[in-house]
Amino acid sequence: MEEALKKLLYAIAALTLMLGTPAYAAKTMILATTTSTANTGLLDELIVPQFAKDTGIEIKFIAVGTGKALKMAENCDVDAVLVHAPAAEQKYVDAGVLIDRTQLMYNDFVIIGPASDPARIKGKKVVEAMKTIAAAKSVFTSRGDNSGTNKKEISLWNVSGMAVPDKEQWYVQTGQNMISTINIAAEKGGYTMTDRGTYIKYEANHKGNAPLKILVEGEKVLFNQYSALAVNPEKCPSVKYDLATRFIKWMASPKTQEAIGKFKLLGKVLFTPNATQ
Amino acid sequence: MDFLLHGFFQAFHLLWTGDPETYSAIWTTVLVSTMSMAASLLIGIPLGFSLGINDFKGKKILRTLVDTLLSFPTVVIGLLVYAFLSRQGPLGDFGILFTLPGVAVGQTILGLPIIIALTATAVETLDKRLKPTLTTLGATPRQMLFTTILEARHSLMLAAMAAYGRIVSEVGISMMVGGNIKWHTRTITTAIALETGKGEFSVGIALGIVLMVVALGVNMCVSGLRKRAR
Repeated sequence: MEEALKKLLYAIAALTLMLGTPAYAAKTMILATTTSTANTGLLDELIVPQFAKDTGIEIKFIAVGTGKALKMAENCDVDAVLVHAPAAEQKYVDAGVLIDRTQLMYNDFVIIGPASDPARIKGKKVVEAMKTIAAAKSVFTSRGDNSGTNKKEISLWNVSGMAVPDKEQWYVQTGQNMISTINIAAEKGGYTMTDRGTYIKYEANHKGNAPLKILVEGEKVLFNQYSALAVNPEKCPSVKYDLATRFIKWMASPKTQEAIGKFKLLGKVLFTPNATQ
Repeated sequence: MDFLLHGFFQAFHLLWTGDPETYSAIWTTVLVSTMSMAASLLIGIPLGFSLGINDFKGKKILRTLVDTLLSFPTVVIGLLVYAFLSRQGPLGDFGILFTLPGVAVGQTILGLPIIIALTATAVETLDKRLKPTLTTLGATPRQMLFTTILEARHSLMLAAMAAYGRIVSEVGISMMVGGNIKWHTRTITTAIALETGKGEFSVGIALGIVLMVVALGVNMCVSGLRKRAR
């Protein structure tokens, strides 16, 4: 019995060592990206497979909030980031942590709410809508997680001349991703701010008939720019700068830009390409 | 509500049609939990054995400490392991962040207190005459270890199942240290977290059922072992 037990233990140890050894991948790079990009399926369905086909490089992407993605880049744990918070990106560029910032695509943010629109914000300008929601004390769900979307939402409160309503009862900080935040708003019959790409995904989840509708849209202040940045190899010698550069160049190439513009859900375009040629 | 029923049927559909993402998640879960269980058992049983069989000053304190570690939250373990395995951290050069071996390190930390505490208890509750009997028979320390494990095998199997349950159902460590990377470090539980975060509730339920099917399979094997060990 003791012999059998020993053999079993050695077998498990050998198996563990064998399976545990990191496989020598052909070429892989790690990309930190936002949950809004990942949840629309753009990466899984278009970017990752097409990039592998065109270059033989596999992208392993980790979808977290923009704040965390930038932090992971600073820690040298990823090779490139794909985010949508220009002000935060600039800080990291100024610090020399990230380089080669390249604008790639945009969509816009929208304020959504119940079709019944209890606070009557439909068609208003953003600033007025935010003030109306605050005055009416309507439930407003926020990402509350330092993501790109969250940073934009906070800037909207500031632009409307208000402090972030942090301690208000009606201001619900979920700390979760965009879809979860939208679902909580729907449950509570409240409002929230989301990027259009995620809203279309949310609509598609509900087969085109979602409880929350777009009420405020179209202003310049709601513009949502996505960019890719490479981690500076001088700050992080272990990163794969050559692969990151190839990724960024490929994302900005005419063929990829066209494919991004053709990526649709429910017949609607999610991201409009705008890499300057 | 209908996502519950829909999820139930979707579970069987995913398994039957051989859905590649589901099977990738199953394989990843099996792989990483095997690594973690093996490490937890190989390290934990000898440690639990020495904690249980010996009497020394500070034994009570040490035991209390181990029992307290049973409450260690998985997100905190994940955060600590991330700190160590990050490029900026002391073990960064191993490059095992965002890989399954990295996750296994974290899950082993999760499983060790369970194995140690339950092994120590199992050893302590054995017949008190076992140790002196083995000594009079001339047992070496190694023989003492293996024979005691043999005597306590039923309790140890339960300890292993308890640790397995905790390891296979955790999300905090796999998310933080693994990164939930598709095809690579996406386990069943991180896939459930992702799908529910995308609003795909029925897929979440379906994957939950798949996980329980896997756990059932493992338990059936152990139950078979238990029969043989009688």
